[in-house]
Amino acid sequence: MRGALRFLRNGKEVEIGDFDPATTLLDYLRLTERKTGTKEGCNEGDCGACTVALGKLRDGDLKYEPVNACILLLGQADGCDVITADDLAQNGKLHAVQQAMVDLHGSQCGFCTPGFVMSLFTLQHSGTKADRQGVNDWLAGNLCRCTGYRPIADAAVKTAGKKPKDALAARWGKTEKALQKFADGKDLFAGDEASFFAAPGSVKSLAALCAEHPDATILSGATDVGLWVTKQMRHLPKIIYTGRAEGFDAITESSRQIVVGAGATYTQAFDKLASLSPDIGEVLRRLGSRHVRASGTVGGNIANGSPIGDTPPMLIALGASLELRHGTSKRTLPLEAFFIDYGKQDRKPGELITKIVVPKPGKKQHFRAWKISKRFDQDISAVLFAALFSIENGRVAKARIACGGMAGTPKRAKHAEAAIAGARLDDPATWERARAELERDYTPMTDMRASSSYRMEIVKNLMIKALTEIAGETGAGKIAATRVLEAGEVV
Amino acid sequence: MGKRIQPNSLREDVVTVGKALAHDSAAKHVAGTAAYVDDILEPEGCLHLAPGLSAIAAGKLKKLDLSAVRAAPGVVAVLTAKDVPGVNDCSPSIGGDPILAEKEILFCGQVLFAVAAETRQQARQAARLAKVDYAKAKPLVTVQQGLAARKTVLDPYTFRRGDVKSALKQSAKRLKGEISIGGQEHFYLEGQVSMAVPGEAGDMRVHCSTQHPTEVQHLVARMLGLPDAAIVCECRRMGGGFGGKESQAGQWACLAALASSITGRPCKMRLDRDDDMVATGKRHDFHVRYEAGFDRRGVLDAVDVDFAGRCGCSADLSLGVNDRTMFHADNAYYYPDCRIHSQRIFTNTVSNTAFRGFGGPQGMVFSERMMDAIAIGMDEDPLEIRRRNFYRRGRSVTPYGMAVKDNILNEVVDELERSSAYQRRRKAIARFNGQNNFLKKGIALTPVKFGIAFTLKHLNQAGALVHVYTDGSIQVNHGGTEMGQGLYLKVAQVVAEIFGVDIARVRITATTTDKVPNTTPTAASSGSDLNGMAARRAAETIRERMVKVACRLYQAKPSQVKFSGGNVFIGGREIPFGELAKTCFLERVQLSATGYFSTPNITWDREAISGNPFLYFAYGASCSEVTIDTLTGEMKVDRVDILHDVGASINPAIDIGQIEGGFVQGMGWLTTEELVFDEEGRLRTHAPSTYKIPTASDVPEAFNVALYKSAGNPAKTIYRSKAVGEPPLMLATSVFSAITMAIASLNPGKVPALDAPATPEAILQACQGMMS
Repeated sequence: MRGALRFLRNGKEVEIGDFDPATTLLDYLRLTERKTGTKEGCNEGDCGACTVALGKLRDGDLKYEPVNACILLLGQADGCDVITADDLAQNGKLHAVQQAMVDLHGSQCGFCTPGFVMSLFTLQHSGTKADRQGVNDWLAGNLCRCTGYRPIADAAVKTAGKKPKDALAARWGKTEKALQKFADGKDLFAGDEASFFAAPGSVKSLAALCAEHPDATILSGATDVGLWVTKQMRHLPKIIYTGRAEGFDAITESSRQIVVGAGATYTQAFDKLASLSPDIGEVLRRLGSRHVRASGTVGGNIANGSPIGDTPPMLIALGASLELRHGTSKRTLPLEAFFIDYGKQDRKPGELITKIVVPKPGKKQHFRAWKISKRFDQDISAVLFAALFSIENGRVAKARIACGGMAGTPKRAKHAEAAIAGARLDDPATWERARAELERDYTPMTDMRASSSYRMEIVKNLMIKALTEIAGETGAGKIAATRVLEAGEVV
Repeated sequence: MGKRIQPNSLREDVVTVGKALAHDSAAKHVAGTAAYVDDILEPEGCLHLAPGLSAIAAGKLKKLDLSAVRAAPGVVAVLTAKDVPGVNDCSPSIGGDPILAEKEILFCGQVLFAVAAETRQQARQAARLAKVDYAKAKPLVTVQQGLAARKTVLDPYTFRRGDVKSALKQSAKRLKGEISIGGQEHFYLEGQVSMAVPGEAGDMRVHCSTQHPTEVQHLVARMLGLPDAAIVCECRRMGGGFGGKESQAGQWACLAALASSITGRPCKMRLDRDDDMVATGKRHDFHVRYEAGFDRRGVLDAVDVDFAGRCGCSADLSLGVNDRTMFHADNAYYYPDCRIHSQRIFTNTVSNTAFRGFGGPQGMVFSERMMDAIAIGMDEDPLEIRRRNFYRRGRSVTPYGMAVKDNILNEVVDELERSSAYQRRRKAIARFNGQNNFLKKGIALTPVKFGIAFTLKHLNQAGALVHVYTDGSIQVNHGGTEMGQGLYLKVAQVVAEIFGVDIARVRITATTTDKVPNTTPTAASSGSDLNGMAARRAAETIRERMVKVACRLYQAKPSQVKFSGGNVFIGGREIPFGELAKTCFLERVQLSATGYFSTPNITWDREAISGNPFLYFAYGASCSEVTIDTLTGEMKVDRVDILHDVGASINPAIDIGQIEGGFVQGMGWLTTEELVFDEEGRLRTHAPSTYKIPTASDVPEAFNVALYKSAGNPAKTIYRSKAVGEPPLMLATSVFSAITMAIASLNPGKVPALDAPATPEAILQACQGMMS
């Protein structure tokens, strides 16, 4: 057991034992360290002005990921190398990504700039060579209101894929060693029984601690819980962080299924989930931002019970199930059964989601998913539509349709599913009854994201779009251009 | 990618002016060392403020129980209206903006009280503990509700020419239409922030993120009941302004200063993003109804238009904003007989304010919709209809009586039509639309003509202060503020040019009311026009004195003295600039000077509706191609081409940055940025999670931006450059028009009922409207 956090700052080990469990990393940087390069823009993880890089060991390799320091809790930095824009210039010389931003006129008011610099830094350190579209994905979590992004994207394209020759690269080996030393597998418990930040080192002690403190806040990525602190001003005296529990983020694959550890971040789970369907990849690419995906977890997206989370409808359509654990006792249930009602899930206090089991679609199964939002990148869905159609002899044999944003929970469209069974792919008239049945499945609400009627209309249209695409793909219908993002400029 | 940016005007007489220099703070921006107000090292004992905001939009404050707030940990003071020693109002115009609410509640988010505590967290936590009793009234929320209730914040205003009614009757063709145009949140990345530091005998220095330090100084003085001279307001830089820190910075500065005055301690007030978005004004939204009469070629005979602008709960800057909507209701087109009418509607919502374009963009969205509607109805190329209506000889006088004499739109539009391959792509798009059921494309090429000068005449003035030190280093200061637009750099380039020195020798200093007093806001795109000129005059004054000294000491004529390359050439002699500066000191010659400038030829008389409100016009054009999904309403901008006129650019890199950034900001306004108020008058989109400004992926990779090759502004502006801050925002109307054209393809001849912003929902709704 350890009683203090340990992380690296500029190659030096920092140890902190006495801190408010709900302190954010940004407040630590700006108020305690008095390093003001990192800015607060929105205080909710949406603008990226507070972007810092967290160096972590991922499968033994050092990786730098961009995170929003405003909603990341200080305790989550345990075991990491924390890099901010203040740290990059060495001996009065700007870092290559900083210099590119200057040379290409990438800053105007400059307030978002340190955040962009850190995103560019993580892009360069990822070793990815990126074109404009790739760069857009890296920058989706950074808002700029002055430049219109073009010069920043140019700076990113220019520096991405170039081997970094910076102080970080120079001390790479040392950093890896230090982080290996930090990864001691010990339980971290800073504070006392009444107020603490705990980060158990194993799933066993994580489950035990959660059972022991059913009133504690279970924290994974903090992309939601962070806002309880910064926006709702909630008092969170007891926090149990899942991010250090060995194996809690494990992802395994067999011929029939993928098992995602609840602690796996979207970034970690991305490739495996995207391999199930390009649409899953596309939805995940547009889920939050790279910052959010580096912190947020697949398990957290389920556990918080949001009716507008993007992964649950897709996972429900795929027929996923959950494993939960309370102390030492485990149980499983279909994912859709977990969501009981708005704000109510089948999870008792102190119980943890541990695994998500995702069956792979069969050869005759066609999966489609769309995220509809006001803005393509980093927006919360008005509607998330997901469907798995089993096709036999040119007909829909079976369907699983699930939507987010259409009810108080992610919800299946059972009437439409029943009505579409037997429909012919080559005869769109046979789809119409299912289209109408969707009205029986859903009574969506009107809010700032969309009206009830718009939500209803697009869910109906997306089912038609899905079937049109599948008809085209299987040769039962004409192949039609259906995706705005793929249209491109006329030639 | 990253091409070197070249000057857009061939000039041999300048060295530093015209160069694509990097922003003066660029290296500091990227390193995180550029200090914003919240980054200034806090003086010891600094307190932090948080506001308590009204939860209702209309009614009376019955009881404000702050006992729990006062008792909360760390709380040092709680401020209410009763604590204000002077005037409890931070209006920039005719009043109506209480700093702290008294009895009446005007909007949801109005400041009821403020808490000062040892830490910001403590202040924010304490602010939530207030118990407030309201007598609720039914709020007026929408423009329509305000119109129906006939409540306004200012009198209506009208431009009239000829007899519009009979001209409409006599027109070969007529068209009626209406459009709603949404507002816009500034979303400056740095929220509102002020720090007040008390001095002796009531003196106060206020660090404020503001476009108008002088106004902040005056408001603070008036609120504290002190003379202006007791207060200094300083701003080194803002993390974005866009108009949102013109009048909206004052309230937070006043509250910080009030807390400081009461506690005797430094006090900082930095708003949380959600509070900022709820409590500060935005771009005006409008409802526009119009009728146009035109001939068989689509040439206008008559235009009758009614603008109803939502001003919110007070006048603020709404007079100028709504006037500018009227000044730009014509955009680039001649309206022979016309009536342009504007109503300034009261609602129980936050008072709307300045925002890049200052009402002009809304006027232009109307004019471009009218052009699209005429073209769609006639099945003609909208570009052709636009051209036929451009101002030209014999049709050159605007509805407000000013003649358009510097029009270059035909040249700009012709060049852009070629470079964007508009005609070829228009045909290709027609083919695409014929072949695709779900996806539809549209293309549009739209012009911009934007009047430059403050329409409030007295604001067209500026002052500067230049010091030359005896080592030859130079300090420049002026009344303009830096919000990222590169004003400080442009002015420094001017000063470096005058002294013939490298830009590195010119030290840029923070805008502060104790160096240059009685300044006007950095707004109306006028920053470099005004301050560049004032700084040039100050620098020239010093240079003339230095020339005199040189001539006396070296027996030369003034015409033989040249300042160049960091040296001064006197006849055949060459001495370093610093050496001459030192010599001037030894000769007891003053090396410091002020400069002052007031824009000539501004003759606008609002009462009489006559005279010239503008010194000149800035021009530009853009061409956008979009694809829409008629099943979901999703839209993607596929390509944008822009040609924009900046006269002879002082800094082409800065100007291109303004054009690109302005365009993208305008595109956001017209597409994804939607302000949603509920029936209770509560803003539901008060954070970036719900209010969506463009991200990198919303900007097309094919984004071709060029400066119009110019021989220089015909008006005698600073180095013949043109203002560039606002005009490019309106280039984004081409995106809105392109979406309109894509929808119009669903049912040729029918004008889509598309309102702004064109969110996916608005687009889908307009698509559905085409079928009925």
